[in-house]
Amino acid sequence: MSKSAPPLPRWADLFLLPLINLSAALFICGLVVLAIGENPIEALGVMLKGAFVYSGGLGYTLYYTTNFIFTGLAVATAFHAMLFNIGGEGQAYLGGLGAALVAFAAGSLPGIIALPLAIAGAAVAGACWGVIPGYLQAKRGSHIVITTIMFNFIAASIMVWLLAGPMLEPNQQSPQSAPLPGSSHLPKIHEILDLLGIQITSSPLNASFLLAIVALCVFWVLIWRTRLGYAIRAVGQNPEAAHYAGINVPRTIIIAMAIAGGFAGLLATNEILGISHRVILNYTAGYGFTGIAVALMGRNHPIGIFLAALLFGALYQGGAELDFEFQSITREMVLLIQGMIILFSGALAYMFNPPLARFIARFTAPKEVARG
Amino acid sequence: MPFEEKIGSGASAPLALELRGVSKSFGLILANRNINLAIRPGTIHGIIGENGAGKSTLMNIVYGMHTRDEGEILVAGASVDMRSSADAISHGIGMVHQHFMLVPTFTVLENVMLGTEGGMLLREGRQAARARIVELSEQYNLVINPDALVRDLNVGQRQRVEIIKALKGGANILILDEPTGVLTPQEAEQLFEILKVLRDQGVSVLLITHKLAEIMDITDAVDIMRQGEIVGHRKTSETSPAELAELMVGRKVLLEVERTATSPSEVRFSATNLGYTNSLGVVELQDINFEVRAGEILGVAGVSGNGQTQLMEVLAGMRHLTAGSINILGTNVTSSTVTNPRIIRDLGLRHIPEDRHKHGLILHFEARENMILGLQDSDLAGSGFLMDQAAIETNCREKMQDYDVRPSEPSHFAKNFSGGNQQKIVIAREFSANPVVLLVGQPTRGVDVGAIEFIHKQLLELKDAGCAILLVSVELDEIMSLSDRIMVLCDGKNVGILPREEVDRQTLGLMMAGQKREEALA
Amino acid sequence: MADFLYQLLLTFDATLRIATPLILCAMAGIFAERSGVIDISLEGKLLSGAFVAAAVAALSGSVLLGLICAILASVTMSLIHGFACITHKGNQVISGVAINILASGLTVVIGIALFRRGGQTPTLPRDARFKPIEWFGVESFDTVPIIGAIYRQLVSGHNILVYIALLAVPLTAFIIFRTRFGLRLRAVGEVPEAVDSAGLSVTWLRYRALIVGGVFCGIAGAYLSVAQGGNFVREMSAGKGYIALAAVIFGNWKPFAAFLACLMFGFLEAATSRLQGVDLPLIGEVPTQLMLALPYVLTVLLLAGFIGKPSPPAAIGQPYHK
Repeated sequence: MSKSAPPLPRWADLFLLPLINLSAALFICGLVVLAIGENPIEALGVMLKGAFVYSGGLGYTLYYTTNFIFTGLAVATAFHAMLFNIGGEGQAYLGGLGAALVAFAAGSLPGIIALPLAIAGAAVAGACWGVIPGYLQAKRGSHIVITTIMFNFIAASIMVWLLAGPMLEPNQQSPQSAPLPGSSHLPKIHEILDLLGIQITSSPLNASFLLAIVALCVFWVLIWRTRLGYAIRAVGQNPEAAHYAGINVPRTIIIAMAIAGGFAGLLATNEILGISHRVILNYTAGYGFTGIAVALMGRNHPIGIFLAALLFGALYQGGAELDFEFQSITREMVLLIQGMIILFSGALAYMFNPPLARFIARFTAPKEVARG
Repeated sequence: MPFEEKIGSGASAPLALELRGVSKSFGLILANRNINLAIRPGTIHGIIGENGAGKSTLMNIVYGMHTRDEGEILVAGASVDMRSSADAISHGIGMVHQHFMLVPTFTVLENVMLGTEGGMLLREGRQAARARIVELSEQYNLVINPDALVRDLNVGQRQRVEIIKALKGGANILILDEPTGVLTPQEAEQLFEILKVLRDQGVSVLLITHKLAEIMDITDAVDIMRQGEIVGHRKTSETSPAELAELMVGRKVLLEVERTATSPSEVRFSATNLGYTNSLGVVELQDINFEVRAGEILGVAGVSGNGQTQLMEVLAGMRHLTAGSINILGTNVTSSTVTNPRIIRDLGLRHIPEDRHKHGLILHFEARENMILGLQDSDLAGSGFLMDQAAIETNCREKMQDYDVRPSEPSHFAKNFSGGNQQKIVIAREFSANPVVLLVGQPTRGVDVGAIEFIHKQLLELKDAGCAILLVSVELDEIMSLSDRIMVLCDGKNVGILPREEVDRQTLGLMMAGQKREEALA
Repeated sequence: MADFLYQLLLTFDATLRIATPLILCAMAGIFAERSGVIDISLEGKLLSGAFVAAAVAALSGSVLLGLICAILASVTMSLIHGFACITHKGNQVISGVAINILASGLTVVIGIALFRRGGQTPTLPRDARFKPIEWFGVESFDTVPIIGAIYRQLVSGHNILVYIALLAVPLTAFIIFRTRFGLRLRAVGEVPEAVDSAGLSVTWLRYRALIVGGVFCGIAGAYLSVAQGGNFVREMSAGKGYIALAAVIFGNWKPFAAFLACLMFGFLEAATSRLQGVDLPLIGEVPTQLMLALPYVLTVLLLAGFIGKPSPPAAIGQPYHK
């Protein structure tokens, strides 16, 4: 039996450990690239250039970042209540339905009203898809992991049925809805800047990025500044103490899942209200699952989530660049990195912790714990 | 030193089991310190101590489930390397754990076979195992149906399965960890008969318990544990329950607190025929009656594990009472009343839970957040929609100063304070709201002497201010120096309530062992 | 009427073909979950098995070698799962998610590197795959009404992996309920402390359970890419691992009941594809896409205790701390 390691200092826990986990993930992916017969350093360079340097690259990066902020928040909110929400994908998918239905219904209203309604529609629909697993966990004891997985598939089935049937655009072959009325389109960032007289390369980056930043702030306020956030964290950290404190534990679980689903639903503001202006089959494209990696790496903190989302945004955009530059490595490399990051910063979270703690403890004098 | 003496007395047969200088720590907590133990063959040897005294850890070390940090274990005179339970089993040690190690969905036979199946296919070993069960049942009078599912058995029967498991390989040392905790008195009686048969057939029995009566009834010798150490060794025939109780509980160096004369007024808080049966159907509290008046401390004495925890949690609304009623400041609570800790708190009750890590604090929260735990919806956290961080910080800083919490850092995580300072955080939070009714559980457990004095003073001040206080403690001295009246709990029942002036340690010790007040006073 | 019966027979035949990978994965899931390890990663193991089988078969020309390598790949995934959540006591769900994503990425990355076909492997010629096995006397039975057709369609004419899947069920039941390993496996998923206190290694038992599961998932993967189909297509597992997991839950972690659940889910899918675009009396056109969600809906209802009460292994999901 190993001797218990000293506690890890906060700075190391928050910054050093994620960096080590990221490095380990990248290292193993680098080995895979080597095995394929390409130069991993070169590949990384191409990705970084694609993500940040090329014209419009940054716009694309931030466009992906927007998605990952929303889905990362969906996972992180649940994590604070110690719930594992794998259902971000389905919640985001249904969010698209909510946004579209409201947008169609509010089509005749001016944009200033229709747009917020459509955004709310996205959040509410996502919340509904999150709240059911929350309820089943809190009141009926269903394992939230299994339920949210099943809900992803149920959502997919519903959407296939809707998009190939009732919502199918007339005279269309591929399953997608009719275009949304213009009143519910979110403006692109380059269009906004153009109005201000600033010219940038056009990219899919749209106002939902600003919404994502707002969501990060709302998340921070919610979790660390409201009574509800206090309750959510208390339930997550110590449900028995939460019960002692008079917090209704089942109700808090249900609310946390509703909020998580709401964040996931907002993904639709980027993909649907911002870019495609219609609901397309499988438009969530795995962003919900990437949210898990984002939340794990971002340590469920808004700044961490932003940085992790930016990282994945850069990986996605830079990964697309791989397709052009290399014969044998493609954007799917990013999935590999993502899997490795989840493995190292999630499932193997305890692997580097004790040795690192011992290593640091050797260089820092033990702090006195004051005795009373 | 009793240990030396035992060695010196030099029995001709080697000791069945001997421990020399065994220590074990978990992180910073020293669970066992320099344990020396000598068990003679063919005896029933008791180890008594309170919950948390380190008994179970010690037995898990002997059984190889934990590895010791230091020290030596000798079986039949030979030093052995105990690294896993497989080692223990091969050295003839069997153990009946406090929490049964049985698979409820298996039959008795399957449970007994586990680990000694006798072949790749179960069919091969089944007959042999069945025969062994029958053999053991007859030899030790352990009646059991091998084909019954364990989940259908009652606790007494399950324990028999555990004993058969422990003995199946021919163990000659049998460890029983708190075996009667879950048994009815009749079942316990049957168990003791079995243990006597075992002893008479040469098995050495190690009985771990916190119940004095059991030690007196059945053991030949006893070691007393307190705070991870052996604090005494006695021949059972040469000791008394009162002496054992005193050794177990210990006599803390207490600075005398000036207990003010009481002038109790109206009843603030009472229980009538209060009962609690847990979800498994075990009766944990029965017919509890008491009342606490304003300006009075009612102490609840008893060896831990006799219903104190359940009493506190039922009173605080954390568990639902199943019989009788509670009255808090005129509001009646019965088994049909909807209650939760919040409703009870809103009635004006404050509660210092027995276990600060489990209930009183959220260790991964900052001190200031812990300072509003349970009060998160009150004005302490600000009156607006958002929690007022400045107010929370100020509140925490003030209370840390008032109650001398060190370091006085509201942003430190609760887990980074020492035990005494953690407790002061809880106390500061619950005391400073000018409570009218207060539940206090083990207020000084794991707290250093300076803090104890401080906490005691605070309690008395509250009392003088007219608060009605129910104090649960396993520290007899604490109960005796603070209480105005003392209620003794044994086995979930109220043994009696006595005015402080009428009791002494010995009377309390006997009552804690279950003797009625009249007998104890006689 | 005869036509309807024939259609039904064809549906049953399709049911069996659809159910084969589900059955194998469900048995794998039973091993893992009975030992106390949640196995979300069935999907990833299935996918990696499918890829490796097709890739190795395409490169070596040996479908058998493909099968063996598929098993090795899937077992490797199992070992990663075990390393994370048994050795390092990590979160079993997170580990499973990681493995599924890793499998998604690795199969395509390596596939493109090896074959440059956008993630697909070259299509194997028919006789380089696992071939249907014609049973004895199919011709002569053809003359017997009904039975002859059943014999030809349902009993005969499947490839070896289908029969392996069918054998896997009684084999799993036998191992779990009749052997020493099975007894210990069930015990470690219910009360690992009991196993530890009996002097057995919880870690090694759980590893072995995962390895056995890896073998089954590898076979299932090979079935997808070199028996039922002729090449690997990206994401070809398409949620089958999760349906198998649902079948495990539905079958209350019992092999035969899980097998029936697989058949039921397989039948739903087979029937759905036959009913596509068909107008049924009273119902109208069948919403086939919605029918495909039925396994998931039923599992959710079951888990919530609305239809019976599932009784998962008591220690599932919890890393064992001494």
